[in-house]
Amino acid sequence: MAAVAGSTPVVRFSVSTRSFIAVFGVLAVVGLLVFGLLSKGSSRLEIGEAAPTVPLPRLESDGGESLSDYRGKWVLVNFWASWCLPCRAESPALEQFQQRHGGPRFTVLGIDTQDLSGDARAFVEKYGLSYPQLRDGQGDAADDYGTTGVPETFLVDPAGKLRVRAVGPVSEEYLRNEVEPLLPKGAS
Amino acid sequence: MRARLLVCALLAVVLAVPASMASAAEQRASLAEIEKQVMCPVCGTLLQLAESPQAQREKAFVKRLIAEGKTEDQIKDALVAEYGEEVLALPPDSGFSLSAYLVPIIAFLIAAVALAIGVWRWRRAGGPKDGGTPRPAGPSGDDADRLDADLARYDL
Repeated sequence: MAAVAGSTPVVRFSVSTRSFIAVFGVLAVVGLLVFGLLSKGSSRLEIGEAAPTVPLPRLESDGGESLSDYRGKWVLVNFWASWCLPCRAESPALEQFQQRHGGPRFTVLGIDTQDLSGDARAFVEKYGLSYPQLRDGQGDAADDYGTTGVPETFLVDPAGKLRVRAVGPVSEEYLRNEVEPLLPKGAS
Repeated sequence: MRARLLVCALLAVVLAVPASMASAAEQRASLAEIEKQVMCPVCGTLLQLAESPQAQREKAFVKRLIAEGKTEDQIKDALVAEYGEEVLALPPDSGFSLSAYLVPIIAFLIAAVALAIGVWRWRRAGGPKDGGTPRPAGPSGDDADRLDADLARYDL
């Protein structure tokens, strides 16, 4: 690879070495682009897949929780934000569902995403939401779930597998028809 | 003597007040300035360009902090606490984020050095081996005679 020309040492590369460096350089650039695209685009979570269990801080108190803390329980994960108008519309239905089914075997779990914590706490108080709330200020958990916006709702079974995915606001009727039948009798 | 001291003290006060006012004015945060430096996380654009409901809430939050007398840095820190570091349009110049500034500079230097080495090698390869300017080889023998005859014929 290295040779000496006259009295001055000159680094010379053979054609095959130069080709290797060029190909390696191109592959590195392409690899970086592909990595950038893959890590940028959130992959959609499919039914039956394990739901992400990223730990998140609690919205209304110190400390944090993860979905894995709810293992053995049915969890209706609801991504929302105080600035989101459809989230306001669906909140009463979620609270009502929690009142009817919430207990040792089922809970609604709110995840406030890309929102101001003060606004979010005011929202919880205004709509009288009694179910646990976590905070996802950067939207990382929402990305892990492959959400395309808010609100989105996911039913996760006691084994941590995704069973239902609802894009957009859920209504009482939707919860009664799509979620309630999956819950075991006396889930609450 | 006392009168001179009094005059000096008055002058010092008169000069110091505008300076401190200017310093306070420099530090005072403004929504227009902060909007250029932070993102609307939901829209993925500068807050300055965003009009979404989330952006409106973010702007209201900034306005509230300005009204509370917070400095620009304090407001940006508060936004980072709410939305994470991705809310900053420019990454911070410390820790791993420093690489965002260093990598382009290092890449530029490497490219410049590689270009300089390439040009140097190209010039060496194209140049004469003995260091002098090569003299072009002219025609010789019959060719030289024929060339001379042709030149004489055309009377150039």
